[in-house]
Amino acid sequence: MPGPDILAATEQILSAFTPERPNLIPILQAVQGKLGYLPRSAMQAIAGYLRIAPVDVYGVVTFYNQFRLNPPGKHSVKVCLGTACHMKGGYIALDAWQRRLGISPRQTTPDREFDLDTVACVGCCTMAPVTVVDGKPEARVDPTRVDGILLSFGREPPAKDQK
Amino acid sequence: MNPINPAPAFRELRDKAGAKLRRLKDGKTVIMVGAATCGRAAGALDVLRAFRDEVKKHNLDCPVIEVGCLGHCYAEPLVIIGKPGWPPVAYGYVNPVIAERLVNEFILGDNPCPEFVLAALAPNDLLPSFQDFPRARYERKIILQNCGLIDPSDINDSIANGGYSALAKALALPPQKIIAEIQKSGLRGRGGAGFPAGQKWQACRDAQGTPKYLICNADEGDPGAFVDRALLESDPHGIIEGMLIAGYAAGADRGYIYVRAEYPLAVERLQIALRQAEDYHLIGSHILGTDYSLEITLFQGSGAFVCGEETALIASLAGQPGLPRYRPPYPAVKGLFGQPTVVNNVKTLAYVPRIMANGADWFRGIGAADSPGTAVFALAGKIVNTGMVEVPMGTTLRRIIYDVGSGIPKGKKFKAVQIGGPSGGCLPESALDLPVDFDSLQNAGAIMGSGGMVVCDEDDCMVEMARYFLEFTRRESCGKCTFCRLGTRQMLEILTDFTLGQGKLADLAILEKLAGEVGAGSLCALGRTAPNPILTTLRYFRNEYEEHITLGRCPALMCRHLIAYYILPDKCERSCDACVGACTVEAISPDKKRIKVIDPEKCVKCGTCLPACPPQYNAIVKLSPPSEVPCK
Repeated sequence: MPGPDILAATEQILSAFTPERPNLIPILQAVQGKLGYLPRSAMQAIAGYLRIAPVDVYGVVTFYNQFRLNPPGKHSVKVCLGTACHMKGGYIALDAWQRRLGISPRQTTPDREFDLDTVACVGCCTMAPVTVVDGKPEARVDPTRVDGILLSFGREPPAKDQK
Repeated sequence: MNPINPAPAFRELRDKAGAKLRRLKDGKTVIMVGAATCGRAAGALDVLRAFRDEVKKHNLDCPVIEVGCLGHCYAEPLVIIGKPGWPPVAYGYVNPVIAERLVNEFILGDNPCPEFVLAALAPNDLLPSFQDFPRARYERKIILQNCGLIDPSDINDSIANGGYSALAKALALPPQKIIAEIQKSGLRGRGGAGFPAGQKWQACRDAQGTPKYLICNADEGDPGAFVDRALLESDPHGIIEGMLIAGYAAGADRGYIYVRAEYPLAVERLQIALRQAEDYHLIGSHILGTDYSLEITLFQGSGAFVCGEETALIASLAGQPGLPRYRPPYPAVKGLFGQPTVVNNVKTLAYVPRIMANGADWFRGIGAADSPGTAVFALAGKIVNTGMVEVPMGTTLRRIIYDVGSGIPKGKKFKAVQIGGPSGGCLPESALDLPVDFDSLQNAGAIMGSGGMVVCDEDDCMVEMARYFLEFTRRESCGKCTFCRLGTRQMLEILTDFTLGQGKLADLAILEKLAGEVGAGSLCALGRTAPNPILTTLRYFRNEYEEHITLGRCPALMCRHLIAYYILPDKCERSCDACVGACTVEAISPDKKRIKVIDPEKCVKCGTCLPACPPQYNAIVKLSPPSEVPCK
């Protein structure tokens, strides 16, 4: 694991903040923004800097949906499960993503190409069902569109008509 | 304190802004692309690029501007072209090809391309205008006034459209007078509970202790609501101005905007707006030359629904997990870092400058007696004109859904409207003539909430709807109160059983009892209102529950475990393979006679085959319960 890199990046971010508890969430956001997730060593460094128990940092990290404890994939897929998306079949889209990527929400594909997650609501209810792909909201994502999006990343859907 | 008149400083600012804007826009054709998140999802950025490319190609001097959301989200991507000599014209469903044509034919030529016109913004003899739409008769835009019409990333545009003039007016008054004015206006908090805003400010002002804080609650976590997002993306300066006035009145020294990290564009536009306001000395110290100072910090929430609750939000701002606490003491007395704190919703703050500019009597003159002003709703779901609407309080649901929203698409029947997100409820057709205001909705079992309004048609299952919201509240429960933590879980399990066809009639009574107890035994609004979707669906759609339980049948044909897809053999066309190609899991194959058959073992009930079947055959149906499928 690239230990020194994680610590160096964390230290660099910490130097921009004063060591006060109210800065905890902005620090976590900045570290995750840089590393893509919150490795254990980074959380320990943050706890040391703020002079709080590591478990307090862990408690905050696991309380909020935004933070993740495993490295993300190259592309991020976030399926919106807001009311309008749900009524228009967001869960069906989620199924399709799970099927095609072979992973569950909050996981990353073994080749680290894609990570899958759900989001409570991105506020694009008029375009339901929505999936946010690499930060870009995609309107009206049904299973066929899932295949289309994956195809645009060079990932072919499983071949049909094989018997 | 000797009052210093802020008017001269503001006048100088306004002249400067006006001059800057004139240099940018005067005498030129201006292209405005609606590029809020909803527009972007529909492809607004491609349209924007197409306009920029085309303008560059022809060497035209016309600014192409990203604006916010006009509210007509159903027609996104939306573009407004303001050409001298023409009324500004809005185009809907624009794509890059249309963009190219608009530049060539309307901007270079004189053909407004009526085939793409949604409506002109002002009445004229040539083109239909928004005033001709039925919704224009019922809409009354106060806080949405500037949305989609000004450049949210240019403070000059905001100032030229009246921005910060109410601040200048307010700063010339003693704070007590502002509070009196807001109290007289009857403004109630738009965060959901409808608490009088002026009373909150007064409590903070009266409370002992400095510093005092003002927090703008932009943690719009309700699934189905997006008004705060659209406001922040479309008119961020309006919110900042509201914060400055509220902060001045309540005696706050520091301001925070607590905005969801799930709204990256809102965050970006707020950051720009804050920087510009700082440059113009509208925030910081000695605002407009007066003795009043307010710093505003942007804080990104990290995705916990409960943080919309003010005490949880305050804990989160302090770097803690967002657990709510018992009130009193109310935050206005003891809030952030133990200091007096006002927490106001984005929409509440957006009303403040309008009230200060036009007076309390003007505001009181709009809407209902006990709920003055307007209600802003995010219309979504099974409704023709999805988008954002602003109507006077007291407008009936029927008017909003049928006249403003143009009714239910595809000739389907209206079934229910879900108002107020997980804290709200589902109202049936019989409630359609209910005037919408804080109190009437509460009596019907729903709440105004954050303005989410999701319309359900006959294809939506109310049991599933209740289950969905319980899944949400169960996941988002912070776990502090036992009733909320375990009660939501138990209720979810019962509801899940119903949707799987495994419920018992006796469960209904348990569910009702639990719902009452979770509501009574929880500390914050999340738990107190979590049973609302259950209670309202039980109240208005009990027969649907009973059908799930006794017949194992989902009348709306929605619950996946209670339906099966079936291809009618006598309707299936042998030479057509559309459904076979569409099926995402290869569950459909032709039999010996080339009639298509669905393998129930493989079918995931995604519904992709249904629209794939050509309408002239219309051979695929949903059946419930699955045992309805004829055996071979």
